[in-house]
Amino acid sequence: MTATTKTAPDSSGVVPFAARAPILSLKNIDKVFGRDVVALKGMSLDIRNGDFISLLGPSGCGKSTALRLIADLIHPTSGSIRWQVDKTPGALSVVFQEPSLMPWATVADNVWLPFRLQGKSRASVAGDIAEALELVGLENFHDAYPRELSGGMKMRVSIARALVTHPRIILMDEPFAALDEITRFKLNNDLLELKSKIGCTVVFVTHSVFESVFLSDRIVVMAARPGRVIHELHVNEPYPRSEEFRTSSEYVAHCRATSDALRDAMEEHI
Amino acid sequence: MTIADPIAELPQIDEEEALRARRRRNEKVGRWVLPILVIALSIWLWDRIVVWNELPHYILPGPGRVLQALVEDWAILFDSLLVTLQITLGALAIAVVGGVGLAVLFTQSRWIEMSFFPYAVILQVTPVVSIAPLIFIYVDSRLAGLLICAWIVAFFPILSNTTMGLNSADHNLRDLFKVYGASRWQRLRFLQLPSALPYFLGGLRIAGGLSLIGAVVAEYVAGTGGIGSGLAFRILEAGYRLNIPRMFAALFLIAITGVFIYATLSFISHMALRKWHESAIKREV
Repeated sequence: MTATTKTAPDSSGVVPFAARAPILSLKNIDKVFGRDVVALKGMSLDIRNGDFISLLGPSGCGKSTALRLIADLIHPTSGSIRWQVDKTPGALSVVFQEPSLMPWATVADNVWLPFRLQGKSRASVAGDIAEALELVGLENFHDAYPRELSGGMKMRVSIARALVTHPRIILMDEPFAALDEITRFKLNNDLLELKSKIGCTVVFVTHSVFESVFLSDRIVVMAARPGRVIHELHVNEPYPRSEEFRTSSEYVAHCRATSDALRDAMEEHI
Repeated sequence: MTIADPIAELPQIDEEEALRARRRRNEKVGRWVLPILVIALSIWLWDRIVVWNELPHYILPGPGRVLQALVEDWAILFDSLLVTLQITLGALAIAVVGGVGLAVLFTQSRWIEMSFFPYAVILQVTPVVSIAPLIFIYVDSRLAGLLICAWIVAFFPILSNTTMGLNSADHNLRDLFKVYGASRWQRLRFLQLPSALPYFLGGLRIAGGLSLIGAVVAEYVAGTGGIGSGLAFRILEAGYRLNIPRMFAALFLIAITGVFIYATLSFISHMALRKWHESAIKREV
């Protein structure tokens, strides 16, 4: 493939990518919708333990398709998706752009859902539910109904629901795109704090260069028509990243490199 | 007024808020007082029209005579009311079971839906008055015939609303259920049925009124029945005998029954949805 690996301005103190154990591998994935809508062409990606991968690209580049493929909601036309570890129930969870909570259920019942579908009673997983809600800072909202919460809080519940099964991979499909900027920044910070606390592996779809640089250590830049990977950038900055990182010169340099890569992606199909 | 005005005790409330509070209070009172005023005025006017025009009671009885009929014929009318109520509620119950059952079946299988939905529509759009005579030919039991007629009228709103509700479950949540490997039954139980609840309750409210209409219409068609006859039969019978006050009294009971059914179903709907559904939540501002 033509995908290149750019290594943006370097820093130290990060677990080298090669040392991370692979969890899931996509090999040479094609996905064609109908007869001739090529959503993805020749996509390969290794998701490794502890990665925070952003899929970045213009609309129609197949980021969401890639996510749905990983989630096993759709199946590739050709190529293979292989789990390198045991895929237990709850090993993978998804956070959507909308909080997508069940409005008739309380916050705790919403977080219970993944376990409930495994046939576990609420009492038997009460500890996990409480822990997940505490991680997102909603320990006092167990019995609230979603309509009583703000947009940001609903999104936190959605994240708690994704965390509760201790998944190997969390897929996030532009989870903060619908929120206001102040809330988005706050949730970005909280997400990174979470990541350093529980060391989860995240695949994050976004439109935003700034968000992808701030959050991730691997940025996969994709182009449209057909959807494909054209660059992978590494953001070798240590976690936890603080609010100061947003104004640092390293951050700016990474943003510039990522923007350049994105521009490549935009020009690619013209 | 002897009770202290709570608004007056809060001087810091601004004019707009005070106006809003006053309007809210007036509305609360008006909601009850105005309809009662209208009905009282109508009854008074009705009475006056009868008196002023010296109308004979077999043309138009005054409200007093209707009330008298209601009291004097109470034994007969009450028995009939029970019959009508029995058919109405029976039909509504079957409509709920049948409507929800069919809706679940439809969402479980596209094939079943494609096969049967057109016939549900045909059954719905064909006036029950035109089917009823046939039903009474083929069904021996009069009660069963009445139930079938009322059911035909009542089940469709439940079926169509519930089907819509079952299909309206959030798409992301459907995906999430798939990701977590939910079974078909789990999806139905934990996602589709709760999503359908507001739609179902909306359909139920319509079906409640319709099953009463169905019961009354079916009774008209069934005609003479002797013992165990409902209110519609009483109206017919009283009409033949020119007992107009009793006609009015029976009509009054039917109307009250309809209002009662609607109010009960609205209350059930409110109680079931008050914690989470937009339709049942009071806005703060």
